[in-house]
Amino acid sequence: MADREKTVRPPGRIFIARAQVMDADEVRRALMRIAHEIVERNRGLDKVVVVGLQTGGVPLADKLAAILEEIEGATVPLGSIDVAFYRDDIGLRPVHPEEITDLPFDINGRVVVLVDDVLFTGRTVRAALEALAARGRAAAVQLAVMVDRGHRELPIRPDFVGKNLPTRRDESVEVSDEGVAIGELQTAEKEREAR
Amino acid sequence: MSIDELLEVRRAPAARHLLSINDLNREGILEIMRLSDAFAEVSERPIPKVPALRGRTVATVFMEPSTRTRLSFETAAKRLSADTMTFTAATSATVKGESLRDTVETIDAMGIDAMVIRHHASGAPLRVTDWIGASVINAGDGTHEHPTQALLDCYTILETLRSRRGGDEPHDLSGLRIAIVGDIKHSRVARSDVLAFAALGAEVVLVAPPTLMPASLEGWPVQAAGDFDAVLGELDVVYLLRIQAERLGEVLLPSLDEYHWRYGLTRARAAALKKDALIMHPGPMIRGVEISPDVADLPASLVTRQVRNGVLVRMAVLFHLLGSGEI
Repeated sequence: MADREKTVRPPGRIFIARAQVMDADEVRRALMRIAHEIVERNRGLDKVVVVGLQTGGVPLADKLAAILEEIEGATVPLGSIDVAFYRDDIGLRPVHPEEITDLPFDINGRVVVLVDDVLFTGRTVRAALEALAARGRAAAVQLAVMVDRGHRELPIRPDFVGKNLPTRRDESVEVSDEGVAIGELQTAEKEREAR
Repeated sequence: MSIDELLEVRRAPAARHLLSINDLNREGILEIMRLSDAFAEVSERPIPKVPALRGRTVATVFMEPSTRTRLSFETAAKRLSADTMTFTAATSATVKGESLRDTVETIDAMGIDAMVIRHHASGAPLRVTDWIGASVINAGDGTHEHPTQALLDCYTILETLRSRRGGDEPHDLSGLRIAIVGDIKHSRVARSDVLAFAALGAEVVLVAPPTLMPASLEGWPVQAAGDFDAVLGELDVVYLLRIQAERLGEVLLPSLDEYHWRYGLTRARAAALKKDALIMHPGPMIRGVEISPDVADLPASLVTRQVRNGVLVRMAVLFHLLGSGEI
């Protein structure tokens, strides 16, 4: 338990969980519901592709694609993108690509369902939209997130939401296999002092 | 804690310039390798370009002739959406007698973010860092260093090993035995390669005629061999340096034919190599001197792969210096 509560991410900071907001079952059910909503909205999965945002969105996108396949009995193209090179804060802070983009299909004319764990300022999604536009013209882009925590800085809204979670700006939200937790990020030094 | 503080999780890299492989420790080299992987994916796209350095300007200042390195840096900058400026000594005020300091200060005053500099004097890029505010990238200085060449060499070896083994491994060069053959004494490529290969855990052997071996190898993480044939069978990588014909006049080298016979990668030597040994050369390659014409075209030869990877690695270096921290 202690290992999980104190995940080291982002580097240099330690996440201290204060409260569990969703457990693993609730996350699974939310994904199930989102999957059905995607099928309903798009009247099937004909042109749908699922793209996870590195790194938090990728495991969710994997699970979502698996559920979609179960529901409709057809395989859904699955990819991932890293948006580091499209961020608007390059040069303001250290920006590193987390993982290599893997989009093994043409997005022209497809309905791209972007998947991320937490929607916050909207800047990552903006960068993702630019990264997608560089690959072609999708018929539509839809956004699925497990948690919408508010505090948008851009006119971006999700199409499918696991849970709307009001937060303070200085709080942090972690989505993992065990569920969703809310807490604070602390520097390693502060954490040692507290102990 | 504000969002800005939250975002400021990783400190900006200490290095603002790349003058020597020593400016990047092992971790820094590995970071460039990871970034290069990301840019390899970018380069395979129909439009191989990202907006990462939009609005930045990269000036290439070449006081010594070089086409491939300059083109490679300019391509890299353009694929990152940076603007480029080109300065070559032959077409500039240098021929009218302008000093290096005045030249670089003038270019800096036009508003640039990085200067890629090649100069015939060792240490010139270091001097330039005192004069200008932009990041300085050494593209070869005298007989000192050529760090981006060494980075692209490391990347090329790693990439080739990974594609052969069909996985993500290996992450470094440990366990490999690499021979650098040729004019070690005057080679900036050799200096950077020795540091980079050793930092990634390789064993480095230098092979050269006594006249082209540095006077002392003290402090260098290398072994020396005078006889190429004696080490052939144990090498994983043969790295051939260009023999600079201008050295011939210096009585260091009796003749190119003799060099080829004793230190060139002839067909017979290529046959004595391990089956999976790699052959590398920084270019421009003089067929018939350091390498025999047909050996240069063997599948083991990575020469064109090195050129392709040069662009990726230089994108990584530019992004590392300009994109990942406070300016």
